[in-house]
Amino acid sequence: MSFLEVLYFIVPSAIFYAAPLIFVAIGGVFSERSGVVNIGLEGLMVIGAFIGILFNLFFADMFGGATPWLALVAAMVAALLLSLLHAVASISFRADQVVSGVAINLLAIALALYLVQKIFGKGQTDFITERFGRYNVPFLQDIPLIGPMFFKSVYNTSILAIVVAILAWFVIYKTPFGLRLRSVGEHPMAADTMGINVSKMRYVAVMISGALAGIGGAIYAQTISGDFGHATINGQGFMALAAMIFGKWHPLGAMGAAIFFGFAQSLSIAGPSIPYVQEIPSVFLLILPYVLTILALAGFIGRANAPKASGKPYIKGER
Amino acid sequence: MSNRAINLLVPIVSVILGLVVGAIIMLISGFDPLAGYLALWNGIFGDLYTIGETIRQITPYILAGLAVAFAFRSGLFNIGVEGQLIVGWFAAAYVGMAVELPKVIHLPLAILAAAVAGGLWGFIPGLLKAKFHVHEVIVTIMMNYIALHTTNALIKTVSDGGDSTEPVFASASLRSEFFENLTDFSRLHYGIFVALAMVLVMWFILDKTTLGFELKAVGFNQNASQYAGMNVNKNIILAMVISGAFAGLGGAMEALGTFEYVSSKGGFTGIGFDGIAVALLGMNTPLGVIFGATLFGSLKYGALNMPNAAGIPIEIVEIVIAVIIFFVASGYVIRWLLQRAAIKKEAK
Repeated sequence: MSFLEVLYFIVPSAIFYAAPLIFVAIGGVFSERSGVVNIGLEGLMVIGAFIGILFNLFFADMFGGATPWLALVAAMVAALLLSLLHAVASISFRADQVVSGVAINLLAIALALYLVQKIFGKGQTDFITERFGRYNVPFLQDIPLIGPMFFKSVYNTSILAIVVAILAWFVIYKTPFGLRLRSVGEHPMAADTMGINVSKMRYVAVMISGALAGIGGAIYAQTISGDFGHATINGQGFMALAAMIFGKWHPLGAMGAAIFFGFAQSLSIAGPSIPYVQEIPSVFLLILPYVLTILALAGFIGRANAPKASGKPYIKGER
Repeated sequence: MSNRAINLLVPIVSVILGLVVGAIIMLISGFDPLAGYLALWNGIFGDLYTIGETIRQITPYILAGLAVAFAFRSGLFNIGVEGQLIVGWFAAAYVGMAVELPKVIHLPLAILAAAVAGGLWGFIPGLLKAKFHVHEVIVTIMMNYIALHTTNALIKTVSDGGDSTEPVFASASLRSEFFENLTDFSRLHYGIFVALAMVLVMWFILDKTTLGFELKAVGFNQNASQYAGMNVNKNIILAMVISGAFAGLGGAMEALGTFEYVSSKGGFTGIGFDGIAVALLGMNTPLGVIFGATLFGSLKYGALNMPNAAGIPIEIVEIVIAVIIFFVASGYVIRWLLQRAAIKKEAK
């Protein structure tokens, strides 16, 4: 394989693996920017994947090609509802946000597998028939070099992910809503005195993160795995969390990190057939995203600072 | 109602609420909750064999719970118990199978290897927290995945490309003929004594030594501890190392007792995450951890009987556990409700 062929092979697959990560990482950005740590992203993704697959299996006959898209909506709603649980616990009930997130993770996978057992009578669902399609972007695919890499037989969902990331950047940095969101996460008391409803902002942010994580899970299930079982998501949510941190709590940074982690994932899977890469033991590629995240946090790759009030419940009148 | 009574009531109310939610879910999905919980009960206490297996299941839960609780007491949240347990599991199994030594040396050596490996895995987040103020939650989560992939690769290397190592030598095994005869050949092993000894160790460190006093002080208020002349950084690192060592010992229980080998894993064991539940329910005290571990270990093992006896998926117990964690974490609300109820009573 020539170098260019390798690139044509590896870049689309990196973007393919990155799409769900981008959605979930952006969700994480919303939640953490408002001051709510969301370890539950993994669980929200699990519910998204499960509901996405379930919807796809049950309604594929009725909706045909539109099924995967409608499944995304269903997954989004389901994960949003589950994220409300995290919101209630960590915002209203003043629970430790990390513990509540852990509970969400345990609950989501248990609930999903319980229902899989109940509905299908086995450990995993059937395979879906209606998947997301690939398509060629007109004109852009004819650009030499870049065209075949980025715009040929690309998944719609990948394009959507990048659009959502840019949209998130706009919302968080260029709108009054975004300013309020960030202020609530940095200094809730100051925000409160300026008349911003801290609890409401945080509820909205957690719900957005739930919705995006649900979409991410459903995309993962409907493009990469094709069914749902106990190992379907297997850490993708935590990898998205890592991408969010590596991207320094910035939507576009998170997107870049997600694409990079997608690259590492696709390398670890496709590695054995690529010259040079096959020399590297796959374990190094597997642990790369996690090691990089730790290094980024330790300040070796630029300092990464969390929003200041992240992780603390806001109690009115407390100094 | 006194504060102490309310503190004790919160976990109890949470457990009851968890079981109620589980019953409701069973009811909605068309199962009989009574039959389900009866099957669970029989899965735990049904006969000598299940009792032996239940205690076997409780063993690593005690150690995982101790690990989480110990870090909590020093103001640290160790989500990395899972990873520390996995590296401990591998280290113990490797020492157990790689060399053959007299039992008096081999068994302690294998157990020690697990503690060292777990401690090392806890040292890294501790160091990063102390030196660079990196939040330990994120680092330990990342360390979990690094542990998973690294041990899988190591297992492949030491087993010549296989999926699991050779069994450990008898000289490194915790297997107990006495318990086997007592419990109808369950896999109950001597590890339970190790776990209980560690409960004592944790109590001793925290309540009877200067180190423990300093660790708790750092947990309450880092600035005050610093001002009082304590080395906060050293204490943070030590807390994570000891916590990781407890977790590593949990892995040794699986490596030398239950399975006597280590195999590559597609995902986490879950013991480490359940350790968070154990510690929370036990209010981070050594004695409380025993109760928490007993409850969750029993639920976990008893659940295996539910599909056969009542046709209910075992995941129902995971749901119950998650709901219990959720309620314990939301203790503020339960406390508030209990206090209100108490005030009303007094008014009458």
